[in-house]
Amino acid sequence: MIRLVDVVKRFPNSTALAVDHLTLEVEEGETAVLVGPSGCGKTTTMKMINRLEEPTSGSIYVDGRDVTLQDPVALRRGIGYVIQTIGLLPHRTVAQNIATVPELLGWDGSRIQGRVKELTGMLELSRELLSRYPSELSGGQRQRVGVARALAADPPVMLMDEPFGAVDPIVRARLQDQFLDIQDRLKKTILFVTHDIDEAIKMADRIAILNAGGILEQYDSPKEILREPANDFVKEFLGSERGLKRLALMKVGEIEVEEGPAVSPEDSAGRAQGVMQTFGTTWVSVVKDGELLGWVDSQSLAGKATVGEATARRFSAYLTAESSLREALDALITSKTQVAAVVWEGQRYRGILTAERISTEIVS
Amino acid sequence: MRNLDRIGERLMEHAYLTFLAVGIGLLICIPAGIYAHRHRRIYAPVTWFAGLLYTIPSLALFAFLTTYTGLTTLTAEIGLVSYTLLILVRNVVAGLDGVPVDTREAAQGMGYTSRQLLWRVELPLAFPVILAGIRVATVTIIGLVTVTSLIGKGGLGFFILQGMRRFFSTPIIVGAGLSVLLAVTADVTLLGLQKLLTPWTRARAGPA
Repeated sequence: MIRLVDVVKRFPNSTALAVDHLTLEVEEGETAVLVGPSGCGKTTTMKMINRLEEPTSGSIYVDGRDVTLQDPVALRRGIGYVIQTIGLLPHRTVAQNIATVPELLGWDGSRIQGRVKELTGMLELSRELLSRYPSELSGGQRQRVGVARALAADPPVMLMDEPFGAVDPIVRARLQDQFLDIQDRLKKTILFVTHDIDEAIKMADRIAILNAGGILEQYDSPKEILREPANDFVKEFLGSERGLKRLALMKVGEIEVEEGPAVSPEDSAGRAQGVMQTFGTTWVSVVKDGELLGWVDSQSLAGKATVGEATARRFSAYLTAESSLREALDALITSKTQVAAVVWEGQRYRGILTAERISTEIVS
Repeated sequence: MRNLDRIGERLMEHAYLTFLAVGIGLLICIPAGIYAHRHRRIYAPVTWFAGLLYTIPSLALFAFLTTYTGLTTLTAEIGLVSYTLLILVRNVVAGLDGVPVDTREAAQGMGYTSRQLLWRVELPLAFPVILAGIRVATVTIIGLVTVTSLIGKGGLGFFILQGMRRFFSTPIIVGAGLSVLLAVTADVTLLGLQKLLTPWTRARAGPA
């Protein structure tokens, strides 16, 4: 959908390359994040796609068509564009700002109005804001208006240059989540630029790590990059806590959990003791028809004939298929037993998870 | 009553000469300012030239011009217009300079043509600064129009000159007083116009 082939950019009066023979493809419906230190050419790369900059050599295709052969104005109207400082037009109201591209495209008034309303809802902007001027908005509101404006004409391709850069971390996280939700539905082809590796990991289907001078060091999914950094530069750029960052991307449902010691309430206390011995634990899960009731230990089984007579206690940590391994690890290290029960939908018992098990996943 | 009619006539002439001078000044300075804004190299020569015109004593300028264009409105306007240039061209360029870079870039990135960018983004955003220039130029010219009484024009300046010749202060006071009143009225009207046309400049920052 966006394809760069051997793109070189050298600015006049500069001997160094800003972008060095860059080849990159963003698949349809995917978000690719360009990340790297300042001076790595990430913004320049983005600007070459909507021709705010022209490549020195190489070709760039959007939707299979060479951008240098297209009228730049028409090309830009077909690409959503958000920049860090947002660049809302100060003399136009929020509604007029959102309507910018549809107006340039000559949509009729009622269609524009309908679209503005739709986007207001999508980005959870209050209707009252529509008649305000950008100077009257908070930072977070401005960024959402910027995103709404970029989405207005429903372009298949979006270029986003640090769109959530200018707000505090809490607002940023909320905007990121909101945008991920929107992207889930809209499936735009997005090239996203940031200098923040955590933002890249969160937003990206694929991350392109650029080095100074516009050299592409690695282009892969966040998981793969974290699992196997291509070189020392990438490793360093990923920073500390690489293991934890990987865990954040992996879901409990994706790994095999241990079955763990489990008995049913009808089983005898003796059988429960036997299971505990086999697993080398002092406790055993109680599962009835696949549903997890809790756990019992030898003490609570004392003097009981069957497991069902003892009161099953709740695990201190429960995880579902959707929990990330990072959440799982957090639950484990803060629980007394260092064991978490894994349940899928409702209370369907799947097994147990230990810190050790998570560690083997990361090391493998 | 006859006096009032004459005063009214002169007042109208005064306003007309001013309006014409500032109007022509704008017709010259808006294109010149846009050009100087885009081609920075010519900005210094342009302001240098306009500044040179501005320093010529008005009396000398009108006296000099009459040898070529006689005692005409044209003479008056050539002089008056040349005094508006420095103020107006500077404000047009300053106004365009004040358009935020990111606003311009975002507009370009969304697909404004360069003409649309100029008319729909740059000039509207430069407008408050340009209008500030128009206000200064207008007030300055209203004062200067009185000098053109020496070449038979002069609006309210006519009364001032008359008073001087007759050693009679009433016409001087009437002429000068009305001239000041006209300047204040024009200034307040233009300020009102600015507020009306640029509602966004009144909008203040909301919650952070």
